[in-house]
Amino acid sequence: MSKVITITSGKGGVGKTTTSAAFATGLAQRGNKTVVIDFDVGLRNLDLIMGVERRVVFDFINVINGDANLNQALIKDKRVDNLYIFPTSQTRDKDALSKEGVARVINELRDNFDYIICDSPAGIEHGALTALYHADAAIIVTNPEVSSVRDSDRILGMLASKSRRAEENEAPVDEYLLLTRYSPERVERGEMLSIEDVQEILSVPLIGVIPESEAVLKASNTGMPVILDTQSTAGIAYGDAVARFLGEQREMRFLKAQKKSLLRTLFGKA
Amino acid sequence: MSILERLFRKRNDTASVAKERLQIVLAHERAGRTAPDFLPLLQKELLSVVAKYLEVEDEMIKITLEKAGEISVLEINVELDKARIKKALPVVGAENKPTATTKKAIAGA
Repeated sequence: MSKVITITSGKGGVGKTTTSAAFATGLAQRGNKTVVIDFDVGLRNLDLIMGVERRVVFDFINVINGDANLNQALIKDKRVDNLYIFPTSQTRDKDALSKEGVARVINELRDNFDYIICDSPAGIEHGALTALYHADAAIIVTNPEVSSVRDSDRILGMLASKSRRAEENEAPVDEYLLLTRYSPERVERGEMLSIEDVQEILSVPLIGVIPESEAVLKASNTGMPVILDTQSTAGIAYGDAVARFLGEQREMRFLKAQKKSLLRTLFGKA
Repeated sequence: MSILERLFRKRNDTASVAKERLQIVLAHERAGRTAPDFLPLLQKELLSVVAKYLEVEDEMIKITLEKAGEISVLEINVELDKARIKKALPVVGAENKPTATTKKAIAGA
């Protein structure tokens, strides 16, 4: 049974594309045939994060309009088997995502893939609503910060009222909270909302906590999903989140502030 | 937040301020989200009916829908102390000075 997972947040810049790339890669690494779709029409970026920007020939809108078929538009990842990238259009307007067109493409993908990851644009406009419409599950990417939490709450409301499952009175979309850019040091100092705070406010089950990490920027610089950086805390935390999504029990890691040793304090190495 | 917690709150604890602010604003926004779409129109139409008899302004009518468990209460408040009865129309019971607020509540599921 194929599953559509929408990565969404309401607010921009919280890590939706980073998470989409990491999740898709993690699911594919575990043997699931996975495609990750960029829904941010006009602001294509998933191709860069996945490092396939020079291999884009046809895009989502070309397929919707019938100018190309799916096989021509899907880009097969060279690092991980079973992983495909479906880029969006850079030029046309957002309304190009017609409801019928998107439904047709999603249904065709459902026949061929185990997981369809939808990387939502920010906001609550047409693009974001289209990205969440077909969701069977949704991962709400949230930073421990007031505007991000508020926008996540807004998006949860949208999932409950505007998704296909809501419209057709099916079982509701499975919702998961992914906390990103978490800094245990700042939480201990009382400068940042804690995991418990965010969970209490949003009351959505937690799928993972990604610590603030330099590895995320390094990975995007080189076009490599951060989950492939198995030396980094962020990469490991994404691996754990994917494992939890697939039903494994894993303890949350990197939630305690690192104690700086005297040497590190003296020489200023983080 | 309890008084004890407030007393022992760290000097730089801005996170708890963030949490409190979020809880208040989200409670408000969630309530607005579940409100049916007809409320603004209902308010407008009620106002036009009241305006037939009284000189009223927009802010004199307030409609709220509150949910308490199984029961929803639709509350319509019409503020009358500033309203003036229109002289052109014969109004039944005009001698009785209107009270400050009349309240109607309709209970339903």
